[in-house]
Parts: sequence; structure tokens; C-alpha cells
Amino acid sequence: MSSISLGGLLRRPEAGAALGLIAVLIFFAIFGGLTFLKPAGMASWLNVAANLGVIAIPLGLLMIAGELDISVGAMVPFGAMTVAVISGHYGLPIWLGIAVALSFGMVVGLVNGFLVIKTAVPSLIVTLGSLFAVQGIVLGLTVLITKSTSVALTTEGPAKAIFGDFVMGGQLQVMVLWWLALTALYIFFVHFSPFGNWIFAMGGDKVSARNAGIPTDRLTMILFVLSSTSAAFVGMCQAILYNSAQVAGGQSFIFNSIIAVVVGGVLLTGGFGSVVGIFFGTITFAVVTQGIYYTDFDRNWSSLIIGVLLLGAVLMNNTFRKMALSYAPKKGGK
Amino acid sequence: MAAPILALRGVNKSFGPIDVLHDITLEVRPGEVLCLLGDNGAGKSTLIKIMSGVHQPTSGVIEMDGAPMTFPTPRAAQEAGISTVHQFGGTFPLMSIGRSFFVGVEPTKGWGPFKVYDRKTANSVAVKAVQDMGITRITDGDRLVGGLSGGERQSLAIARAVHFGARVLILDEPTAALGVKQATHVLRIVNEAKRRGLAVIFITHQVMHAMAVGDHFAVLIRGAVAADFKKGEKTREEITDLMAGGASMASLEAEIEGYMAAHDGHPPPPA
Repeated sequence: MSSISLGGLLRRPEAGAALGLIAVLIFFAIFGGLTFLKPAGMASWLNVAANLGVIAIPLGLLMIAGELDISVGAMVPFGAMTVAVISGHYGLPIWLGIAVALSFGMVVGLVNGFLVIKTAVPSLIVTLGSLFAVQGIVLGLTVLITKSTSVALTTEGPAKAIFGDFVMGGQLQVMVLWWLALTALYIFFVHFSPFGNWIFAMGGDKVSARNAGIPTDRLTMILFVLSSTSAAFVGMCQAILYNSAQVAGGQSFIFNSIIAVVVGGVLLTGGFGSVVGIFFGTITFAVVTQGIYYTDFDRNWSSLIIGVLLLGAVLMNNTFRKMALSYAPKKGGK
Repeated sequence: MAAPILALRGVNKSFGPIDVLHDITLEVRPGEVLCLLGDNGAGKSTLIKIMSGVHQPTSGVIEMDGAPMTFPTPRAAQEAGISTVHQFGGTFPLMSIGRSFFVGVEPTKGWGPFKVYDRKTANSVAVKAVQDMGITRITDGDRLVGGLSGGERQSLAIARAVHFGARVLILDEPTAALGVKQATHVLRIVNEAKRRGLAVIFITHQVMHAMAVGDHFAVLIRGAVAADFKKGEKTREEITDLMAGGASMASLEAEIEGYMAAHDGHPPPPA
């Protein structure tokens, strides 16, 4: 777009997410005051957003490409437990634990991707299967090895500082920096490098994309590896941050990341969306779940707000997408 | 007369025990439009898939420029210069015209790992390619493909094939879902492609559209070439009758007229 116009902005995939975020910020500013925009308040929702966002963006890319990965819900505890068992229970070097945790993420991603492209079973079902399978592995192996469902892990030195520490006065998790850096990287690859075009083409029409010479199978594999490795990464960082890992937990990431992605303007059937939109959607979700603590409302109401927000965002995104589709430059006029 | 670019010689195709195509022999020359006519189920789609590398013939030979060729994948057919445009254009509704045009061969600017997609070039090349084919209503490469009319989408897909050096253009029912005016646009583009020396294979069951652009016609019935003739050798009625399997069309018309005469001019109730 050569000139910035209101119409031009509204036709972008992230328009709905940006407006939703503004609405949510105004809502909580009215009912909770501005405390949640002060550093301490911001840290509370930025931490939530960062952990969610690192998973939501690759998941969103999969959704743009027309697939879905719900096994991330099991990959978070898997990543956490792997590093805790290797470096905590066995006391092996932390870097070995980190490397193994991330490579398990890659392996599960490869298996997911392989099953999706070879069997043509919908990825929801394939990853539902791997969700339960990985949960079983985590619980079974952890109890077998450690006789417990919770494993302690103490980390010091650079690994702690890089993956699981607090920065900037001790409130902000280092994950926030990871999230911002990864978001910038994804924005470059998805919206500026030529590869991004392939993801959108794949979600738009897989057969045409393949006929146009796009390696759709390889791209699918890469995206599945990216999402499950990202989830393992988040789990691993949480274990290092909190000095322990639990076999449960991580389930909430499934729905939360899908909500962030959809609020962020990604079309569930693929082919449309943006990284910036997912970024806004993630912040919106985090502000709603954390902002409620700064108001007089009971926190039990936050799910209601999220539900209404999700439906509102989807309706808004549909409207904006229709606007984008029917857009044509005016004839004759300027 | 120029030598054929693409020729099928005695091509058969069966899926398991079912014979779909019998002994198909066809050829198409540069600057010529070959119309493949046939009713639904006559084997048109299978024939296209064989020419575009989706299926392999069970027996028989595909020749390009006189030399036998095999197309193990759609990509191989494309690299040989055979481009297929499907009914809905094979385009991506939620992508911009520029991005859709260059899918898989995105132009970039910059260097090394910082190569970025060159939106400006993509948009201007795409818009120019479509306008050169005679669709002047497309002026903004940022518009989404889904916002174009059916005829414009077809034209965009054809322009894309021509731009990327197709020598044989296979159009699978390009006018089937279009209104009269939109179909005219597409037919004009087909003529433009022919003028540029492409060999066009135009698949349709609309005889009018075929007669408007065709130089050479082949009628498929139950997987075999039932008739093969040049422009002007047969009338529209004769072709329609051929497609419907002989004289059955005329007898159907007589039957309906008879019914209407006996029922105060009411047409027969739907079956």
C-alpha cells in the first residue's frame, strides 16, 4: 500500500486483533485503573504472553498452512521433564538436558509431519493421537525413572541466565526477550522472505501450490517441527525458571494458543493471517487473563470475557476479510 | 503446416479393471486451438491428467516436438512447457494478485539471507502481464484474487502460464462456471494465447464456446475419440448430437415437444 489509509489498515489481517487489543486495554483501564500498565503490572501479562506467544506463532503458521497441532499441550511438560530428569535427577550437564529436550521436540514434530503427509489423516486427529501418546510417555517414564511426578532441577550460570531467569529488576522473565526476538524473526520470514508466500499458498490451495513447484511436504514437516520444538523450548525454559518440572500442566496451552491465533486474525481453514496479528492476539489474551486481577471482578469471570472476545474477534475478522476481498480501487477517481 | 508440439499416439489408460481411455491419438500445433469436447464422464479429465503428468498412460506414447516423453510428475510436464489451468483458476483467493502470480518463483531484492520479496516488481509484472492479455480492469496488484470475477481469475491464471513460458496451454472447462460476458473475456484471452503461438487444448462441453475459438475438434465418447474434424467441417447441431451420443438429442427434443403439445404447453415435470 503506497499510502496509509484507514481502509487499507482495516483490510490487513491484524486489523481485528489490533482493535480487540485496544478495546480490552480500554476495558481494563476503566475497571481496574492504570496499574496493569505500570512496569509491575505489565510484567505480569508480558510473562504470560511471552510463554504463550512463542508457541502461538508457529502454531498460527501451521494454521495458515491449513494444519493444526494440538500436541503442543504435551510437548510443554515433555520438554520440562526431559531437562529435569537428565540434568536434575541424573545430574548430567544442563546443556545436554537442553539439547535432548529440544531434539525430542524435533522428533515429535517430524513424526507428526510425517504422519500428516503420508496418511492424509486430518492433522487434528494425528496430533490428538500424539498429544495423548506423549502425555503417556512423560507420565510413564517419569514415574518409572524417578518414582515421582515432580522432579527438581537446579541450574546456575549462563544456562539459567539465557533460558530461565528474570531480567529488568527481577519481574520480567527472560522468555519475554526470546518472544520479541522470535516474533521479529518470524515477521521477516513470513512477510518479507519469499518462503512466507509458500505458507500462504499452501493454506490457500495445496494442490495448486504443489503444482506451482512448492515443496509442500517438506514445508509441512518444517512447520510441525517448529511448533513442537517451540513447545518443548517453552517447557524446558519453565523448568529452568521454576527449578522443577511437573508431569501435568501444559494442557492450557492448546486452547490458549488457538485462541490467541484466531483472535489474531488467522483463518481457521488456512491461507490468511499474519504474525503481527498473532502477536496482538497473544497480548490481548494475556491482558484479559491477568488484567482481571487489577479489577474488582472475581477472576472466575475472565473465561467469560475470553469467550466473548473470541466470538467477537472472529466475527470482526470475517467482516474485515470480506472487505479485503471486495476491495477494488475506485475507477476514475484519485 | 507446422509440426505438432504435443502429440498422443495410441494412448490407453485403465484404473485396475476399468478402461477409461481407449487408443487416443491427438495432436496439437503451435498457434492452434484444439477443442476437446465430451459429455461428463467421457474421459476428458483423465486425458488432461495424462497430458499434465498427474497420471501415466497404461500404454501408448506422448510425444513432444516429435520425441517421446514421459511426465512422471506435474512438475515435469510444466518444465516441458505444458501448463494446465483448472476451472477455478488454480489461484489462491486470499492472496494478492502479485503474490499469487509469482507463487514458487517469488522475485526478491537484497542479498544473502536478507533477500526480501519484491512486492513492487511482482505487482507491476503481474498487472502488466494480465493487461497485455487484454484484461485492462486489473490495475492494482495488491487486490486479493478472491475479489476478482471468475473470468478475471481465469485470465490471471492463463496470463501466468503464458508469462512463465508455457508452450502448450491446457484449459480445463475454463468457461463452465462463467456468465456469458465473463466467458467472452476468457475466449478473447484464448485467442490472444493462440496469436502468440501457443498450442491451446480447450476442454469444454459448451459447443458454442468451442466453435468460437477452435481450429480443430475432437469429440470424446466413453473414452474414445469418436470424431476428429477441422473448423467448418461440422455444424453446431451435428457436434451437439455427437457429444450426446448420436441422434439421442434430436429424439429428446421431439419427445419434449410432444409432451408440451399434449399438456397445454407445460414442460414435463422434473424427473
